[in-house]
Amino acid sequence: MPVTAILVLAAGTYAFRITGPLLHDRLRLSAGLTRVLDAATVVLLVALVATAGFTAGDGFAGWARTAGVVLAGVLVWRRAPLPIIVLAAAGATALLRLVGVG
Amino acid sequence: MIAGMRSLWRTIGPTQRRDIALVGVADGIVGLAFGALAVAAGLPAWVPMLMSVLVFAGGAQFAAVSIVAAGGSAAAAVVAGLVLNARHLPFGFAVADVFDRGGGWRRALDMHWLIDESVAFTLRESEPARRRAVYLVAGGGLFVIWNLAVVAGAVAGSVLPDPAALGLDAAFPAVLLALVGPHLKDRRTRAAALTGAAVALATVPFLPAGLPVLLSLVGLAVLISPARRTVA
Repeated sequence: MPVTAILVLAAGTYAFRITGPLLHDRLRLSAGLTRVLDAATVVLLVALVATAGFTAGDGFAGWARTAGVVLAGVLVWRRAPLPIIVLAAAGATALLRLVGVG
Repeated sequence: MIAGMRSLWRTIGPTQRRDIALVGVADGIVGLAFGALAVAAGLPAWVPMLMSVLVFAGGAQFAAVSIVAAGGSAAAAVVAGLVLNARHLPFGFAVADVFDRGGGWRRALDMHWLIDESVAFTLRESEPARRRAVYLVAGGGLFVIWNLAVVAGAVAGSVLPDPAALGLDAAFPAVLLALVGPHLKDRRTRAAALTGAAVALATVPFLPAGLPVLLSLVGLAVLISPARRTVA
């Protein structure tokens, strides 16, 4: 991750942050655009969960990690607190690897 | 600045104070995880630290680091991070009233605290002085907590023996899932997200790392197409 990449991401993010406060007198965002931006966030994050959870390189990540992520999904659905979700996912994956599951 | 913080802290109500403190603890844990996972993924410790100060947006930081860790290009990481952070645009309009009209460096800095959490807490208040106080306490407070936690996580991560044995590679998607979970209640958003995830997974074997995640955005087409269609 080169410094330039971090700086570009930081500058772009800051531009998104200040646009509303600076321009809200002169400009309104349409409800449609706001909805699409919200949905884009969710779509990207879920895609990241899927690719980081189930793939490694250009193939399958193995059953240990998959089981941990699926367990996290169940706990999110049951509205478990965040620390529990993260510990359970890592713990399940670690345990499975300990007993030899890939 | 500390004295100013104290008077702001008194301006906001007990419920908000408690909730901001709870979110502070949760974000601290996510920050620890981010620092540790970034280092476990092979990045030098200054990368998660610098990102946390300058970008200060958990989802985008996790996204960028995971794309780079998976072998993706820095450009793909930046694009994914920017798409994720585009939501700050409507957020900025929603809380535009909390910022000083005068301008200056203080206002420029205050706008850096514009994050999911500070916006959510601000939107719970209607009275101008309280909106401003809540925004500054939640935003500024979480900035401090987030960065301290990331430093602690990065330091802890550099002394971990074997991240895979501890299941840390599963912790990262678990954090993301926990963050995005509450937003999956809407049926059409969920359909878009699942479509996008399927596209991303299907293209992983063929495309360079990072691109499948970006390609998931085609799932947004679900929102444009008519909601109900009868199957012949």
